[in-house]
Amino acid sequence: MMKIIKVNEDVCVLCHLCEIACIVEHSESKDILKVFKREKPRPIARCAVEEDKPLSFSLMCRHCDDAPCVKACSNGSMHRDERGYVVVDEETCIGCWMCIMVCPYGVIRRDERRQKWNLSTKCNMCPDRDIPACVEVCPNEALVLGDVVECT
Amino acid sequence: MKWMKNLKTYIPGDFVVVRDDNKCIRCKACVEQCSFEANFYDDEEDRVWSWDGHCVGCQRCVYICPTDAIRVEPREEIYRHHENWKIYHIKGIEKRANFGGAPIVSMGTDKEYPIYWDHILLNASQVTNPAIDPLREPMELKTFIGRKPSVLEIKKSKYSKTKIPPQLELEIPIMFSAMSYGAVSKNVIEALGRASEAMATCFNSGEGGLYKEHYKFGNRLIVQVASGRFGVHKDYLNIASAIEIKIGQGAKPGIGGHLPGEKVSKEISETRMMPRGADAISPAPHHDIYSIEDLRQLIYALKEATRYRKPVIVKIAAVHNVAAIASGIARAGADAICIDGFKGGTGASPQVIRDCVGIPLELALASVDTRLREEGIRNEVSLIASGGTRCSTDVIKAIALGADAVYIGTAALVAIGCHLCQQCQRGNCAWGIATQDPFLSKRVNPDIAAEKLINLLKVWSLEIKEMMGAMGINSIESLRGNRLALRGVGLTDTDLNILGILPAGA
Repeated sequence: MMKIIKVNEDVCVLCHLCEIACIVEHSESKDILKVFKREKPRPIARCAVEEDKPLSFSLMCRHCDDAPCVKACSNGSMHRDERGYVVVDEETCIGCWMCIMVCPYGVIRRDERRQKWNLSTKCNMCPDRDIPACVEVCPNEALVLGDVVECT
Repeated sequence: MKWMKNLKTYIPGDFVVVRDDNKCIRCKACVEQCSFEANFYDDEEDRVWSWDGHCVGCQRCVYICPTDAIRVEPREEIYRHHENWKIYHIKGIEKRANFGGAPIVSMGTDKEYPIYWDHILLNASQVTNPAIDPLREPMELKTFIGRKPSVLEIKKSKYSKTKIPPQLELEIPIMFSAMSYGAVSKNVIEALGRASEAMATCFNSGEGGLYKEHYKFGNRLIVQVASGRFGVHKDYLNIASAIEIKIGQGAKPGIGGHLPGEKVSKEISETRMMPRGADAISPAPHHDIYSIEDLRQLIYALKEATRYRKPVIVKIAAVHNVAAIASGIARAGADAICIDGFKGGTGASPQVIRDCVGIPLELALASVDTRLREEGIRNEVSLIASGGTRCSTDVIKAIALGADAVYIGTAALVAIGCHLCQQCQRGNCAWGIATQDPFLSKRVNPDIAAEKLINLLKVWSLEIKEMMGAMGINSIESLRGNRLALRGVGLTDTDLNILGILPAGA
């Protein structure tokens, strides 16, 4: 069964380490010091911590069943991979931003690293890892990997 | 620099935050996590700075820093050495002179007093009696807290004719001591409750009443009735499995509780049945208890209110005449006595009281046990030892000195993140424990905290079983008050005499 990252805002401590871990995981060197000291431009975090104290939580792509971004994508770059997660093909993305316009959660962001046009960037559930980097680093289990539960 | 020193109020801090700029990635995690505002970020310089004077040494930034760039070091002694005028005395005078108030501190005393636990050694079996392996053979830690009958009459049908007074049944002789909702956050109590349920032991509500969400832990709960009577009502008494009357607390004998108004949030004011934002100050004495007879009245009032179904514990601080006082409490009808040693913790106490009032638990416990035995009333009360229990060996030594069970408070908090920075009274605990700030209290995740507490209790029980096994004992009952299992090292004859143990080699 497909697992998604569950967010528990009751225990988010606003440390932003999920963002740091995400940046490191999606970098070239995958070394925290090298990413932040040398890599320029550095990758952007694919999760974002929303804050209105005392409320805070990290939000990333929900990998919707009926994903509006997949429907809106003009050339099929935004697609569902073999694991079932919604991912963007960075080779073919033309940066039209339609996905950003339709995303109900606002979790697709512009990656301004590419000179010609800016890519759409979003959570890809860390394909190289068993547990996504943000879930692994979260010090208070505010992010956990869990099964999708049908809402009725 | 955001901050400017002011000579009129400046007192050098105790710590220095050392940040390795080569490793700092400006993630600002330390800035957000420091609730004492010791770390700040400068946009213009793109640099994280620290204001050392604010650092309390809680280590939160050290733990959270993803690149391990931060170290918190003690600030070096900056005054010329003087044997009589320690830096502690000089700063103490400065604080009082600058701010005109008596410093309030928390946790147990941090001053150097002898720790008798560290001078007591345990026995082990060799040749003449066999040791037991706890992993292969059953061992029992089950403990009953309550009055035991002097005689047991057995009928022919093998059932006891004697009516057994109410008992508190514990699977392990370790309970969580009184920490009120108000002193600690809701999540901490939730974790204590879950751990108590999982390990079949009890936790104590403290004097702050019981929050409505915590009534579910009723069968693993001891409720406290203290001098302030905060949150005491019929349901509160009846939900619990035991009732504790708090006469004194080890960290502040002779002083009532003090919950600063900043910590009195909406939920706490509801739970304590008092106005929001007002200081919750418990009177020093119970105003209806001025003698043992008065105490007896309260004990029986509580027993009456709960239809004699629950044991009543009386908690006193270890003070000079503790043995005589305990004897009086036993005769007043208490089912158990909790003796809180002066190293016990608190959420807020005047510094002078915390640091030099009371006597060590080890001596108080031994003298109370001895006195009750001499008077032939030891079976009428159970003894609970509390105050500064740091490890499983302290627990087993306390039991061998005569305790029936041990309360742990600080040890439980340390398990869930406390680093003993001793700032509980300020209400902005960076680890989310001693705070009511809804943003800070999120830092204790009850799921993780409960698991850690369960781990701690499991490991301690295993260690206790191993030590019992080494002594050739398979039930904690056989160790209780068995002072022959103990030997003292580096103690004077007087100490050994009070502790009732032999010196090592004898």
